[in-house]
Amino acid sequence: MSTHNSYLDMELLRFTTAGSVDDGKSTLIGRLLYDSKSIFEDQIEAVKSSSERKGLDHIDLSLLTDGLKDEREQGITIDVAYRYFATPKRKFIIADTPGHIQYTRNMVTGASTANLALILVDARKGVIEQTCRHSYIASLLQIPHLVVCINKMDLVDYSEETYRKIVKEYEEFAAKLDVNDIRFIPISALLGDNVVNRSDNMKWYNGATLMHTLETIHIGSDQNHIDPRFPVQTVVRPHTNEYHDYRGYAGRVAGGIFRPGDEVVVMPSGFTSKIKSIDVFGGPVDRAFPPMSVNITLEDEIDISRGDMIVRENNKPQSSQDIECMLCWLNAQPLRPNGKYLLRHTSNEVRAMLKEVVYRMDINSLTRDEGAQELGMNDIGKVLLRTTKPLIYDSYRRNRLTGSLILVDEATNETVAAGMIV
Amino acid sequence: MSSYLLTHLKELESESIYVIREVFAQFENPAILFSGGKDSIVVTHLARKAFWPARVPFPLVHIDTGHNFPETLAYRDNLVEELGVRLVVGSVQESINQGRVQEETGKNASRNALQTTTLLDTIEANKFDAAMGGARRDEEKARAKERFFSHRDDFGQWDPKNQRPELWNIFNGRKNMGEHFRVFPISNWTEMDVWQYILQENIPIPSLYLAHERQVIWRDGSWLPMSEFTQLRPGEEVVTKTIRFRTLGDITITGGVESDADTVEKIIEEVASSRNTERGMRADDKRSDTAMEDRKKQGYF
Repeated sequence: MSTHNSYLDMELLRFTTAGSVDDGKSTLIGRLLYDSKSIFEDQIEAVKSSSERKGLDHIDLSLLTDGLKDEREQGITIDVAYRYFATPKRKFIIADTPGHIQYTRNMVTGASTANLALILVDARKGVIEQTCRHSYIASLLQIPHLVVCINKMDLVDYSEETYRKIVKEYEEFAAKLDVNDIRFIPISALLGDNVVNRSDNMKWYNGATLMHTLETIHIGSDQNHIDPRFPVQTVVRPHTNEYHDYRGYAGRVAGGIFRPGDEVVVMPSGFTSKIKSIDVFGGPVDRAFPPMSVNITLEDEIDISRGDMIVRENNKPQSSQDIECMLCWLNAQPLRPNGKYLLRHTSNEVRAMLKEVVYRMDINSLTRDEGAQELGMNDIGKVLLRTTKPLIYDSYRRNRLTGSLILVDEATNETVAAGMIV
Repeated sequence: MSSYLLTHLKELESESIYVIREVFAQFENPAILFSGGKDSIVVTHLARKAFWPARVPFPLVHIDTGHNFPETLAYRDNLVEELGVRLVVGSVQESINQGRVQEETGKNASRNALQTTTLLDTIEANKFDAAMGGARRDEEKARAKERFFSHRDDFGQWDPKNQRPELWNIFNGRKNMGEHFRVFPISNWTEMDVWQYILQENIPIPSLYLAHERQVIWRDGSWLPMSEFTQLRPGEEVVTKTIRFRTLGDITITGGVESDADTVEKIIEEVASSRNTERGMRADDKRSDTAMEDRKKQGYF
């Protein structure tokens, strides 16, 4: 049966969108969901009746994507919402976030797990502050692919000239960003041009539709396959007769490729050993790569626990107590000078103190304020942290999993910041 | 597909195993909320994979409304024995007997809302600090914004406006005494993913999910199973139909759909062509537009 056979061979693509209520983001998501038949009749019915209750004469597709009661009353999206749809080629997870400056923290959250960012530009307005803000966050969070959709082409008479002008504007701005793969697509989310089907109104555009791009963009190189990194989550010890001496280091591969027989070193202890087996439920496998969850067993009995990292001798991560990172502040309580926080990084937890705010980024103008002393909610800046124990890390540019951290306020237990190690 | 790329099911599985291992590492006394439905069956299967060759290090907690499908209980007891884990049953009937909750009356009465009190009492009595459930973000609007690690205050309540941001794969399970977490390892799965995974892994499921003949009545747009708890209303007629259930819950409110899907393969075909969500058959969600959100704020699953 073809349905499930093809389904068993599908890839997963996570992408993020950001935008305000009126730039057509909800319409675009609604169309992707609708055209991929991911909206069910009872959901459409519910949206229809809600639209009628609000006195609208059309179906408000944003009601499909606005989840919580308060948001539907106010007509805004205030949190990251996750949507799902699938085509025969790929399954998609959308992290849908509001694009307003006061929701920077939501954009950062949504971007943290995405392989691709969808940036919407209103063809009538061109590149505006919000476009820059969202693009900067996508670049800061090292999302590998940017797809810039120039939307509402129907309202500019499908003008190639307008499209070219906006592409040029964006490319000039994007020269400041750290993104390798940027694509542009002229669309009308409302009428469907170049979303799923090719547009007859823009014969001058020879590129792929949005759906085709999402389905085919190469994601095989998005993970780090170069630097072997295995943060240990927990130790599996069965204590049964059959597996009496079994000691499996459980974790999810954060980088590189591991194979049985590999010479490895355990950080921070520095003990060396050889991989005896890589196990998953039911038996051993001959290799492990990101993002596989496996057990690793070693030839030698050495003391390893949660927070340690298994790596290769000739390719070690960095180790330091002085951490320079870009920080996005997520909490209403600002970052305190000399403030102490819990720092979580891979499976490790240490205490950290803020030593210095190096600068605060103005994410609208992309300029640095070097006189800033603190970071408030939704601010992004470069800081220096001092930790009680060395962190075992890579730069975020090299590895998004071993280069990311969060800060937790010990008084409230809240997650107050997201950090990307420089 | 590139040789270093996982299929989407493998990637989802790996993510869920990672989350379940984080629960084990970050909490003192976690448990799995087991309803007997396919989602909690998948979570339990994933827990088994996460700790193999050791046994599942969590008890299964069943909140028993007293209105069960007999097949659900048989499946549960069988699984508990096979895994060698502890079973904890929280009984809604006992909560009623103790006067902790009042049984609803009237024609739409159900014990669905009462489960919240029993659930919170069970969590408190057993001092569970994390309760893993099979909720998915695709199920319902209010769940689209749920976190993997969902913090609950000491009244067990969910505050959707004050959720902790969740970045990368770093989970913050820190809490004060008396608070607990709900954790949803299969947050990113859809109904289709769950069925495909059940097929791929060959996981046994309760026979109720497969098409079978059953005595039913037509009520509120779905086929409601006849049971000792059913009260017929004027005009209702008991008929025999070939049906199956898309979700399993309290027998008095879980409606079935007419279906010939008697294998998992056929269910997948049916889900692929279905035009209604699985929860569309649940009376508890139809009470209002925000029924799920309101229940969740109070501490529902």
